[in-house]
Order: sequence, then C-alpha cells, then structure tokens
Amino acid sequence: MQNISKIYRTESVETHALREFSLTVDEGDFISVTGPSGSGKTTFLNLAGLLEESSGGAYELDGRDVSSLHDRERSRLRNEKIGFIFQSFNLIPELDIFDNVDVPLRYRGFGRAERKARIDKVIDIVGLGSRRHHLPSQLSGGQQQRVAIARALAGEPRMLLADEPTGNLDSEMAESVMQLLEAINADGTTIVMVTHEPNLAARAHRNISVRDGRIDNGAPEAALSVATGG
Amino acid sequence: MLRYYLKLGLLSIRRTPILSTLMVAAIGTGIGACVTIMNIEWAMGANPIPHRSELLFAVQLDSWDPYEAWEEPNEPPPQVTYRDGTALLAAERARRQVLSYKTWRVLQPADEAQRPFQVISRSASADFFPMFDVPFLYGGGWDQSADRNEERVVVIDRETNETLFGGENSVNRTVIMNGRPYRITGVLDDWQPMPKFYDLNNRSFDEAEQVFFPFSVSIADELSSSGNTNCWKMPDGTGWEAFRNSECVWMQFWVELHGAGERQEYLAFLDAYVEEQKQLGRFPRPLNNRLSNVGEWLEWNGVVADDVRVLLGLAVLFLVVCLLNTIGLILAKVLRRRGDISLRRALGASRLAIFSQYIVETAVIGLAGGLLGIGLSWFGLQGIRALLGGAPMTNYLTEIDWTVSGFGIALAVVSALAASLYPIWRACGIQPAAQLKSL
Repeated sequence: MQNISKIYRTESVETHALREFSLTVDEGDFISVTGPSGSGKTTFLNLAGLLEESSGGAYELDGRDVSSLHDRERSRLRNEKIGFIFQSFNLIPELDIFDNVDVPLRYRGFGRAERKARIDKVIDIVGLGSRRHHLPSQLSGGQQQRVAIARALAGEPRMLLADEPTGNLDSEMAESVMQLLEAINADGTTIVMVTHEPNLAARAHRNISVRDGRIDNGAPEAALSVATGG
Repeated sequence: MLRYYLKLGLLSIRRTPILSTLMVAAIGTGIGACVTIMNIEWAMGANPIPHRSELLFAVQLDSWDPYEAWEEPNEPPPQVTYRDGTALLAAERARRQVLSYKTWRVLQPADEAQRPFQVISRSASADFFPMFDVPFLYGGGWDQSADRNEERVVVIDRETNETLFGGENSVNRTVIMNGRPYRITGVLDDWQPMPKFYDLNNRSFDEAEQVFFPFSVSIADELSSSGNTNCWKMPDGTGWEAFRNSECVWMQFWVELHGAGERQEYLAFLDAYVEEQKQLGRFPRPLNNRLSNVGEWLEWNGVVADDVRVLLGLAVLFLVVCLLNTIGLILAKVLRRRGDISLRRALGASRLAIFSQYIVETAVIGLAGGLLGIGLSWFGLQGIRALLGGAPMTNYLTEIDWTVSGFGIALAVVSALAASLYPIWRACGIQPAAQLKSL
C-alpha cells in the first residue's frame, strides 16, 4: 500500500479514516496491527481485503495494481487470494460446518470432489473432523472460530486477514486459536492480524501501531518496519 | 450453482417462515383472483371448432327497419328471414350451406310403459353435420334428397339413444316424434360445442340439441322457432304462410367458404341478391351484408361478457396491489439478511452471484404462490358453481383449465421476479464490509 487514504463522507461530515497510509507486507509475514478504537485498524483491514475502495493512493496485491478494479474482479481476488477471520466468527447459522467452509469454494467454481477434499483437509487441520455436520450453534466460541479459520484456509489464500480473532474468546481458547494461526503462518501463509491485546501482538513477526488513520511513527518498531518494508 | 442457490433459497425460506408465508400468501391471493376470472374468460372465448373456425361463416343480411338499425350504429340482425334463408340455401353458391332453427318436440318411447318426454331439437338442412364436423357414434346424417323429399328421418344424441334404446345401435329403427314416425339415420357421439356458436340466441352456452331432423319437414309441419323471433313490422296477414313471407328473422344461416377469394365472391353474391330484393320493395336499408367467421361471430355477439372483462381488469389490479405488498415483504427480508449478503460478498460472491441467489429464492416463492393461487382459484370456481347452480353452462364456465393454470403459475413466477427486482438490486448494493463488524 502506498499513500492510501480513506475518507467517509456524509452530507455534513467528512471523516478521514486513513491518511497517507503506506505499508509493505512480504510473503510469509505475520503482522499485528494495534491501536486505539477508531484509529483506522479495521478500515486498513477492509482496504487490504478489497472489502472497500480507497479514496486515494495505490495498492498492489501479489504484484498487481488492484486500486481500480471492477466488482467482479475484486470479488474474484478476494475469493482466491484472501482469507478473512472475524472477531464474531460470522458463520451462517443455518449451514453446518461443512457447508460453512464450502461457501467460498462454491464461488470459486470448484467441482464437488475438489471441494470435498479441501473441506475435509482444512476441517482436520483445525481439529473439528468429527463435527463437520454440526451447526454453529452446537459449537463453543473457540470451535466456531476454528471453523471460520478453516473457511478462510479452504481456498488456500496468499494472505489471511484477521480482525481481532480472539476478541470474543476466553484466554484458553484464545491461546488455542493463536497457536493455530502461528502454525498456519509457519506453513507459509501471510497473516495480518488486528488486535487489542499486546501479548498477542508481540507474538507476530512485527507490529504496526495505527493512530488517527496513520502509522504511528512514535512507535519505534513500527516506524522501522514500515521504513524498511519489513 | 442453480442447485446451490435452490438449497440456499429453501434454507432462507425456512429461516424466515413468517415473511416467506406472507409473500406466498400475497402472490397466491392475487394469482388466485386472476386465474379464477381468467378461467371464466378463457372458457367464454374458447374456439368451439378450432380446425374449421376460419372456414365457417355466419351470414347477416340487413333486412331491418329503415328508420332504426337492429343495433346502433348500423348493425344488421343476427338471423335471417325464411324467405331469404331458403333463397340462399337454394342458390347453393357456397361449398356448403346450412339453414336451421331450434324447436321443441315430444318423443314417444317404443315401450308404452315409458312416458313421452320433451326434447330440444334442431331443424336443419343436410349440410349441418359435415359442415360442423359433428361426430357420430352410429350411422350418419341425411342427404339433400331427404331434405327435398321431406323425408321423416332423424338424428338423435347419445343420451336420447341411451334413454330410448339402452345405448344400442338404433340406426334404421323408428322413433315417434309428435305422433309421427321418424327413421333414425344416426346417433351422435358426445358433442357439446361451447360456446354454441351456430346459434348464439338465447344463451351462448346452452347444450347442443338432442334431436335433429330435416328443415323441410319442420316447415311442412309448420313448426315455429323456440329460439328468438324478431320482427320490425307485422306480417301481412295471419297464419303460417303469412309468417313465412314476413320480414321476421328467426333462422340461422351458415356457409362454408375456403379462402378470401370465396369470401369476397359470396359477399358479392349477397349484395347482388339484396339489390334484386330491393327491386321487389324489400330491404329498405342501405347495403349492409356481413360474413363473420366463428371468431368474428363470437366477438360480434359479445360472448365474452363485458362485465367479465371488467372483473378481469379488477383482478389484475388486485394482483398489482398484492405485488406491491410483496415488494415490501421482499425488501424487509433482504434487509434482514444484510449480514449474510455482506459476508458472502466478503467471501468472494460477486453482485451477480448475490442477484442470482435471490432471484432463485424469489422464483421458488413465486412458484409456491402460483400453486397456492391455483388452489384458491379452484375453490373460487367451485364457489361460483355452487352459487349459480349446476347448470351445464355453469359447469363449463367454472371448469378449471390447465392451460390457464399453467399460465397462472408462470404469471406468479414472473410477477414475483418483477416484484423482487428493486429489493434485490438494493441487496446487490450492500458493501462487503458493511455488516461484518456488527454480525
């Protein structure tokens, strides 16, 4: 990302959520993003995940300029290259585990056998092999987040974007989810994780701090990371 | 993906049962009202003889009052006088021609233990049966020599044959009609053209006659019509002879013509005939002869009643109101599912994918609404039947037509899709990031 800005406009108010935001994420990296509420962490994550369009600046994903793509192309890139993990899991309540993990694969256009193989694999990775036909309501919070991770992994994305993935979990479950993310990263998947918790942020390869829509240059480590591009 | 969208649609319907039920009910009620009235209109406007309707022509001659048209602004009477009917019949200028009228008769069963009974009959010339493609169970009609020789021959319908002969082949057997013996030449198979196009006087959906016999015989026996007889001036004198020579119209005259050329030629013949009659002091009105094929004839006679068309218009308006309600319900449903849409968009669904998903769901709801509507229309038609009694006409008009039902289901699906376009367009506009935090 180079000089990315994001402005939300209403009739009377103009809010600068991100200003001149520049960041390079390398393949296989594990970055934590911290900052106070309203600082722009989630906006950054939404822009990185092509969920929103920036108001200015340039964004290259996997070597390709994605700043001004049409909806269809952005949807395809989201589906193929990015996995999302949300604080509140965002599982579809009427679908069982198998079908929840299946959602992004359906939009990818895989055949039945390919989808099944991928789903079985990722459900086993997150340790829920015996619960594939349970509904989300039949699982604990930690298990639901594991399903969300499985869903994010199923498409074998280049990058996982996690927005406070342990925010709704107790410490034991949070630790279990964190270990899973570390294992996934160790296998080569790039992870960008927004978190409020300093001890989790410290487990990332590097941390950037966001304040008032900018990378906080007062935080020495962040300044160094951004300046060197990792 | 269609199966996947179908599965999602059914799950969504199960997840929002009240909204979905309301949508199905709204569409079903509108379709039910429409299909009920459409069924009646369809039955009224049905082509009773589709394979020959373009070849058969009702003849109208304007022999009416010089000072007042039969019907304003300048419509000729729907029937012909005896003088004109017999003259046109004798001229034989068409491929086939038939002159006929309705009259009552009394049949005496051979078994004297059985009581005589009244039958509705038609006095007709010989071409009636081949022209109108009347089906026979046994035997056939009579030929033109029987007409000329005033032979006492008769064709009876299947039901009368059941009553008189237990359904056996009764050809060449004798039946006593008004005290005179008639030889049976044929027994009709089931034949109920609806509307009864060849004689739309009285009621358009009357049953076909039970007995048919030669026109020449009924004239010899001085049998008057039991249908409509209309006169614009009194006969010159009294008695049968005076009535036959009067300007009263009471007979139906049909011709069979193939192609526009024959139609034009026959119309020219009619004009020439009327010009000739004018020389004799008849036909005081300007030339105004008509030839109407079956479809034109049904239209001219207003077989599909205007009030049915008004009712259909009201039913369509009611459907529109139901669909406006449906738009609101779909919008409510879509807005309730903002989170789901937002999530799917984040996971890679394009706007087109979301559009397709909700279109399929709406089509399922439309289909369910259509089926409900057909069920409601069946109840509606049964209600009308019960209200009007079980007359054959009522039974015919209130019979559910599967073509109309199929159209009703298609209309329900198309209507539901049309009603869903705005809500689904709104759904497609939901941004992927819009709801993910609040889920």
